Amino acid sequence: MASYNLSHLEQLESEAIYIFREVAAQFEKPVILFSGGKDSITMVHLARKAFWPAKIPFQLLHIDTGHNFPEALEFRDNLAEIYKVKLDVGLVQDSIDRGTAQEEKGANPSRNSLQSITLLEKLEEGQYDAAFGGGRRDEEKARAKERFFSHRDEFGQWDPKNQRPELWNLYNGKKAVGESFRIFPISNWTEMDVWQYIKKEKVDLPSIYFSHKRNVVNRGGVWVADSPYNTLLEGEKYENKVIRYRTLGCMTITGAIESEADDLDKIIDEVAAARQTERGNRADDKRSEAAMEDRKKQGYF
Amino acid sequence: MSNNNSGYLDMDLLRFTTAGSVDDGKSTLIGRLMYDTKSIFEDQIEAIEKSSENRGDEHVNLALLTDGLRAEREQGITIDVAYRYFATPKRKFIIADTPGHIQYTRNMVTGASNANLAIILIDARKGVIEQTKRHSFIASLLQIKHIIVCVNKMDLVDHSEEVFESVKEDFLSFEAKLAIPDIRFIPISALNGDNVVDKSKHMDWYEGPSLLWTLENVQIASDRNLIDSRFPIQWVIRPQSDKYHDFRGYAGLVSGGVMRKGEEVVVLPSGFTTKIKSIETMNGQLDEAFPPMSVTMTLEDEIDISRGDMLAKPNNQPQVSQDIDMMICWLNTNALKLGGKYIIKHTTNEAKCIIKDIRYKVNINTLEKSENDKTIGVNDIGRILIKTAKPLFFDSYRKNRNTGSVIIIDEFSHETVAAGMII
Ligand SMILES: Nc1nc2c(ncn2[C@@H]2O[C@H](COP(=O)(O)OP(=O)(O)O)[C@@H](O)[C@H]2O)c(=O)[nH]1
Repeated sequence: MASYNLSHLEQLESEAIYIFREVAAQFEKPVILFSGGKDSITMVHLARKAFWPAKIPFQLLHIDTGHNFPEALEFRDNLAEIYKVKLDVGLVQDSIDRGTAQEEKGANPSRNSLQSITLLEKLEEGQYDAAFGGGRRDEEKARAKERFFSHRDEFGQWDPKNQRPELWNLYNGKKAVGESFRIFPISNWTEMDVWQYIKKEKVDLPSIYFSHKRNVVNRGGVWVADSPYNTLLEGEKYENKVIRYRTLGCMTITGAIESEADDLDKIIDEVAAARQTERGNRADDKRSEAAMEDRKKQGYF
Repeated sequence: MSNNNSGYLDMDLLRFTTAGSVDDGKSTLIGRLMYDTKSIFEDQIEAIEKSSENRGDEHVNLALLTDGLRAEREQGITIDVAYRYFATPKRKFIIADTPGHIQYTRNMVTGASNANLAIILIDARKGVIEQTKRHSFIASLLQIKHIIVCVNKMDLVDHSEEVFESVKEDFLSFEAKLAIPDIRFIPISALNGDNVVDKSKHMDWYEGPSLLWTLENVQIASDRNLIDSRFPIQWVIRPQSDKYHDFRGYAGLVSGGVMRKGEEVVVLPSGFTTKIKSIETMNGQLDEAFPPMSVTMTLEDEIDISRGDMLAKPNNQPQVSQDIDMMICWLNTNALKLGGKYIIKHTTNEAKCIIKDIRYKVNINTLEKSENDKTIGVNDIGRILIKTAKPLFFDSYRKNRNTGSVIIIDEFSHETVAAGMII
């Protein structure tokens, strides 16, 4: 007799597909927040599977800090074209120009905290009532309590004390006018699950996830890339290193790791052996132990 | 390093919940499981070392690993369900970590709703207490089939077999009423790691396996309902493309039974019968689909079907009714209103409903039914009768967790106010 068992990846996939379909049914105008990183690329893949052979019934929204890796932008544009999804881009620069956001000072100004402002402006402008994010609960302590359907008030804010209980697979997307939801279909995935899934499903990724040579400078233990947005401090100089990225974000703060892993199997071995969380390489989370929680309350993904 | 991930694709998934009262050592136990299975990263360990030092703890406090939000850190308590992950080469584990005191019922019910297994923690020095009974009752109410009772802090009772045996006896004597199919007992010390991942050197008298071994080997495959075919329609797929011009697919999650291509199905509520023409996924067609797969079905005949409808077998159909009898756990600070109107969500269906009767409330300390005091407020459990504005297609929760569960939503605040299990 057949055993009728699903592997953990198949179960996680099915759960995510279920969430995508639920959102399509419960909301007017959902949008996929597309950061360009592997988690959002995985989300797009899952969304395709959820609605196949129809197209993904949502747009993509990218909040562009203006400090992106060129490889990631190129990948983004290609992806939107291949799968025929409309791409909406919100520029942090526009918010700065409008005066709703203010640039940080310093040698590697981060635009991460400014993203929240542009995001909220774009969600309002596009009248999106649900936004899919690639957040995972294993990433960070504040995310461990995040719901699949995460309710936000009219200001886009998250109230960790007032989240709706989520039971079985019954998701409550009801809301008042002006309120919205953030949706996290891959909540239950770990970094390892995402990599294994990418391998199993042969999902394409931007080249910078794989080992390559690049000019980087060591700043406080983080390898920061040579880019027009970074200023060398006194005594600093770029070195040419064999590196790769575990996450993609602002070029100014996303740290590279020294790595020879140039294919998925090697990356998976590396992830299995890794002693640092992905976010450990992001300078902004280190600023304070509760940094993520503070940013979430303000409306960050 | 060597390729040690080859087995990864065959891993399965176990979801469990943990219950215990404050200070029984739940956070320490979860921290220990994650630490010993190397699911904790160096930067996280550094962060808790720093926090432990700031708090003046004398050694690294593993409990801090699982102690989420800032407010909680400040108050030193956990206040909501948090999810944790760890994996061994055999299984991936999802822990629904529920706090032991305030809002315990609401949180535990939430955490237990998706769990295959519950760990109930008992402090060896205190033995079975009121909370233990509540936790076990909730686990049985939510139809968790497997319970592991961990008798913790064995180091503080000289690793005594007598203490362990007497806790076990106490537990079994009150549990008899609950009829939980699979109960196991393990003496542990979460703090020292005894019998958590490895067998303890201090308890030779204990012949059973360690906690982790048990978690890895519990058989959960047969806990799903593979007999009664149920396929709630979630979304209708109609590609507006030339290639798939006539494609009309019904997307959903198989919620019971094994559904096969070519098989006859009945569509509810219309009652039309047809056959499954194909079972589609982006990776190719399938001959059969089973829980919890998300698939898309096409049917032989053109029938008007929409979200909320259900496919079943003509000779094995769910109940169809507007009068529904259920156990509920109330989750909201505004009490249940007899005669009040609410929204009910069930599978992919939704309807207005009215509370017709409150039959009784369960005293969760004594497990007795009270027909005098029938006010149902937050954290209360009771049995009610509702009438829905349209018929729902359901099974008893005992028979099928997917088609037997509902949530009740307040029409105005939109909050999820109750979890219901159909009788
Ligand atoms: N001696 C001993 N102490 C323990 C054990 N497990 C937990 N503790 C201690 O009991 C206290 C409460 O533990 P904690 O994990 O925070 O409990 P929680 O409230 O259930 O999460 C802490 O001081 C722990 O160090 C154990 O097995 N033996």
